[in-house]
Amino acid sequence: MTTLEKGTAPVDGRRPGEELLSARDLVQEFPVRAAGGVRGGTVHALSGVSFDIRAGETLGVVGETGSGKSTLARSVIQAPPPRSGSVVFEGTDLTRLRRRALVRARREMQMVYQDPYGSLNPRWRVSELVEEPLRGYGVRDRGPRVAELLDMVGLDPSVYGRRRPHEMSGGQCQRVAIARAIALNPALVICDEAVSSLDVLIQSQVLNLFERLRRELGLSYLFISHDLALVKQVSDRVAVMHLGQLAEVGPAEALYRGPRHPYTAALLDSIPGLDARTGRPRRPAPLAGEPPSPLDPPSGCRFRTRCPRARERCAVEEPVLVERAPDHRVACHFPIEPGTPTGADAPADAAERTTP
Amino acid sequence: MSELASEPVAQREDVLGTATADAPVRGPAPDPAEPLLVVDDLRVRFVGRGRTVHAVNGLSYSLAPGRTLAIIGESGSGKSVAARALMGLLPSTARVSGSARFDGTELVGLSEREARRHRGADIAMVFQDPARSLNPTMRIGVQIAEAVRAHSDLDKAAAHRRAVELLAMVHLPAPQRRFHEYPHQLSGGMRQRVMIAIALAGEPRLLVADEATTALDVTTQAQIMELLLELQQRLGTAIVLISHDLGLAASYADDVVVMYAGQVVERARTADLFAHVRMPYTGALLGAIPRLEREPHSLLPVVPGQPPDLSALPGGCPFRPRCSSATDECAEGPPLREHEPGHWWACWHPLPDAPVKEGV
Repeated sequence: MTTLEKGTAPVDGRRPGEELLSARDLVQEFPVRAAGGVRGGTVHALSGVSFDIRAGETLGVVGETGSGKSTLARSVIQAPPPRSGSVVFEGTDLTRLRRRALVRARREMQMVYQDPYGSLNPRWRVSELVEEPLRGYGVRDRGPRVAELLDMVGLDPSVYGRRRPHEMSGGQCQRVAIARAIALNPALVICDEAVSSLDVLIQSQVLNLFERLRRELGLSYLFISHDLALVKQVSDRVAVMHLGQLAEVGPAEALYRGPRHPYTAALLDSIPGLDARTGRPRRPAPLAGEPPSPLDPPSGCRFRTRCPRARERCAVEEPVLVERAPDHRVACHFPIEPGTPTGADAPADAAERTTP
Repeated sequence: MSELASEPVAQREDVLGTATADAPVRGPAPDPAEPLLVVDDLRVRFVGRGRTVHAVNGLSYSLAPGRTLAIIGESGSGKSVAARALMGLLPSTARVSGSARFDGTELVGLSEREARRHRGADIAMVFQDPARSLNPTMRIGVQIAEAVRAHSDLDKAAAHRRAVELLAMVHLPAPQRRFHEYPHQLSGGMRQRVMIAIALAGEPRLLVADEATTALDVTTQAQIMELLLELQQRLGTAIVLISHDLGLAASYADDVVVMYAGQVVERARTADLFAHVRMPYTGALLGAIPRLEREPHSLLPVVPGQPPDLSALPGGCPFRPRCSSATDECAEGPPLREHEPGHWWACWHPLPDAPVKEGV
């Protein structure tokens, strides 16, 4: 195992716990074309999303398909920039940077994507793939650094350096993608479903690699996944996204142990598996109905059409994130109180419920 | 479904530890004497380009009407190939041997024409990707009606009515209107409901769900599984659930078969399997899954290495090179044997009973 040379350590100048990245009121919308190319509507991919990532911290983002998780990641790296809102990274607002300054700033934030084969040029050798970011930013004396990086992600440079992506397994390719991401000593690595396509046993190897790199290099992660247990495994704090908005943000342990937003509770209740205590199977409790369309999100709270706790107020007034416990913010008019069964303190008056 | 959703979700603090509703999933269906499907020593190899890939190496199980069997394994474990062998859906490079008797009829070695008679009518399959299984240029109702007519002598109008019934049966909202929609107008979960409607068109007695919920969100997965169980109880369908997800098997299957490198390494009633994991591979799979009750930033137990090359399988236990309990003995055998009542495993060094039960 190679450790970083002195002087290149990315933790320099950043104290753990300080804000590394602050995103405020991110809005991203995409026009949709209907048949014949006429304007068909607008996808509200992000609607006023704000969050912070502290130095050395992992922020996990969970949500269903279409909740805007990937758009969030792309808005952070300004590819494409959000329609409005700000992304302050290490003191600089990225949304105001021009092209060249933005390229410089991106050196500090790297992405790892879901499909390891799709994100690596199939005609390049592994050593060339890992060297590319170094060359792009004019780093000298690249050979030893490439070997060091491959070593760090657990690939023997003498064996794998000359291979091409198709000669390797998915897990090995993902290691190459990770070596590329950490090549320039970034402060932040954004993982967008980075282990989702891997088999369980390989997935655990790559998750442990992420964890080791975090400890050794002081990395911060923005870790995006649809898998709730996976996100908990790696995260200090977790943000739950629903239809372009944050439903709940809080410390991982507290959020999973006592979810305050009915949507978070519903997600947790949908996971199949065994009861840890009794060893008996647990029967997931499905949500009723279909996720609403991001083309035409419901008024007020966007979860209300599927929410067992929804009342009239939810249809008229959009809930905002409110701190309900230390560092634990929830966007719900009728959040779940900790220690109570989810349904018990729900509005008893059925007549008051909005009809979806 | 709606009553389920609004039901108080019991014991919130259990989320980490436990259950949402910890009642047994459902009473095990009574064991009828006559199994519907008996698979015996099924083998599939693919021959070509000077090498032979041994995809399935001796799969045996039996399945009774109304019951659910989960076949669990990673990519390349042979779980899907085995299912396609039953359906006669393998390419011509495949060599299938062994036996698979469906209600007394041998499925292995059927001609394409005979296989076609069983497909859909007796055995239907639901695949992972509903978007690619549906014809994007045809209205969904027409696709269902087509399947209905393929398996019956109903006229067009009657098939139309039956298609709407099937859409209602899979709980697609507004079935009359949805009949005329195209696949792209539906969400992933709705498309999978349409696929299930098509699968049910021939009133099959066996439904093979090959990673049918893998591409769906957890909330949608729970809805689709609920639907499958409801239909199973109503129609008495037997279900083969093919998945990489042990959690899914734990929640929904009566029996579980664990495959590795084309071989069955462990087989048991679901409750027995998870209470007493014997095969180190099954144990490794369970250990490697990130679980809600684990601490953030904890390291996962790691199994080194890669699954073996199926064209150059060594003798003995296929998991041996990656197994921490492997010894020289493991180069020979180990046969799949019934070591405890109903609990089969193929290992010389089975795991002892864990002192503390762990969730999936």
